[in-house]
Amino acid sequence: MSLNVDLVFQIAIIGIVVSVLNIVLRQSHKEEWAQMLTIAGAVVVLSIVARMVLDLFQTVRTMFQLY
Amino acid sequence: MEIMQVVGLAIVAAVLLVILRRQRPEMAVVLSLVVGLAIFFMVAQRLLAILEFLRELAARARVDSLYLNTILKIVGIAYIAEIGAQVCRDVEETSVAAKVELAGKVLILALAIPIVMAILEAILRVL
Repeated sequence: MSLNVDLVFQIAIIGIVVSVLNIVLRQSHKEEWAQMLTIAGAVVVLSIVARMVLDLFQTVRTMFQLY
Repeated sequence: MEIMQVVGLAIVAAVLLVILRRQRPEMAVVLSLVVGLAIFFMVAQRLLAILEFLRELAARARVDSLYLNTILKIVGIAYIAEIGAQVCRDVEETSVAAKVELAGKVLILALAIPIVMAILEAILRVL
């Protein structure tokens, strides 16, 4: 249970850090790196959430006996 | 009480979402999905107990387990489809959300066919 709550804060922190770094990169005229950072952040967060969604599917599957 | 934890998590997540949505909309979507999943996992244990109770009730009332299992499967499909459609709607992809809902309805209808056939046979036997 607390693991899931930790994940919420983890994703929020990743998002805030990415946006701050984005601002810094934009200020130093590195737009292409800012774009890369945005994509990388999205991929990292998506991979975190994919594991959690898999967990949800397993739980619902055993709960409602979906096969 | 679990409800305090759920409400606390929801409020904190809502504040974080307000900050995040302006800067990084794509992460805000993922964050709201994770919050929903976390709340679900908080109540999953209780939900399992309730389902166990429902099965016990059905067994005592001698309801055919086929019917109860079908209903539970339908509830599961509806829940999963609803989650998917909500995520799509959060990013304003209403057409994808509509397709997800359509797929859910089709799958539910396919699951309900045995029950409909059973009702039809019962009616035919009466007539």
